[in-house]
Amino acid sequence: MKNNRRTFIKLAGIAAAGLAVAPKAMASSGGHSPVKVNPEAVHAKQWAMVIDTTKVHTEEAIAELSKVCHAIHNVPSIEGKREVKWLWSDEYGHTFPEQENPHLAEEVHHRTYMLLCNHCENPPCVRVCPTKATYKRPDGIVAMDYHRCIGCRYCMAGCPYGSRSFNWGEPRKNLDLSKLNPEFPTRMRGVVEKCNFCVERLAVGKMPACVEASKGAIVFGDLYDPDSEVRKVLREKFTIRRKPSAGTEPCVYYVI
Amino acid sequence: MKMQYGFPIIVGLAIFIGLLTAPFAVGTMTKTYKQPELKLPANEKKCIESTEFMRTEHMQLLNEWRDWALRDGKRIYTNHEGKEFVISLQNTCMKCHNNKADFCDKCHDDAGVSPYCWDCHIQPEGLK
Repeated sequence: MKNNRRTFIKLAGIAAAGLAVAPKAMASSGGHSPVKVNPEAVHAKQWAMVIDTTKVHTEEAIAELSKVCHAIHNVPSIEGKREVKWLWSDEYGHTFPEQENPHLAEEVHHRTYMLLCNHCENPPCVRVCPTKATYKRPDGIVAMDYHRCIGCRYCMAGCPYGSRSFNWGEPRKNLDLSKLNPEFPTRMRGVVEKCNFCVERLAVGKMPACVEASKGAIVFGDLYDPDSEVRKVLREKFTIRRKPSAGTEPCVYYVI
Repeated sequence: MKMQYGFPIIVGLAIFIGLLTAPFAVGTMTKTYKQPELKLPANEKKCIESTEFMRTEHMQLLNEWRDWALRDGKRIYTNHEGKEFVISLQNTCMKCHNNKADFCDKCHDDAGVSPYCWDCHIQPEGLK
């Protein structure tokens, strides 16, 4: 074959075409993913929760739910400023500071409100996390990878709801080691933790523990499915959310 | 050219190098390295992948398992034989390898590594 410019350009063209196709051909050879979702898992586009405060509004009732949550997630009980909490309660003024009008209906004003991570659609904690230890899952849950958390506490500064707790000490020192849930890990000193919307239970088709323990006072479902339980309640009842002006689009709604 | 103090320098050097290498020499003469003896699960013959793969790659596998389960929400792992396992250190691995001290620690102590798994994950023996 004569080595002229014409054959060189032809060969170069074939080589370029080959290079463009090669990566895809290589990737598809033997390319079966070894992982899949549990077939029993429940799915949503954005998980959301509606808490009926006409049904659950006493400190004792919420403490009961908190106990269930903290027991299955091995959350340590610490008094005072170093407290670690996934699910807790507070008064109206602290829960809805923007909506505390004078002369509020006394009954509503004096209720105790259940609080937890709001799993915001626009979560500031995720935006500020420098290591991507906290992230938004495709189903809307704001989850944490404790392996990655470096304990910088930016997320705690970012969260307008105080939903995050820092482990100032070794959490295992404040846990009853004989009553741990052996199916769930604990955390270690120096990481931030928070409610995970029971992602480990949703993965096996169960509802979150607080929803199950609330006997119908808390409803859980997909915010983007018009036929879901939560959408039904939201259609029928008047609800408010915490600090809507923060623009975080919280996904925990309160029936007043 | 004559070396000044040649004899004592050479003898000194020889003694110094002899002392420096003595631990290695004594070690190889008197002791041989023995692979740690692991306590393998009694009622399960096969791990999720081959023994060779698990021996050399379990750390990478655990890393991938973590990301698949936590970030992708995919918690079922299919091995090379097509068998399915739930991705979980505490609820899958440690159900067969039901003693951390008799399994994990044996090699990790020998190799001088201390992975931080058990800072959070609960070993099957429980915590004290």
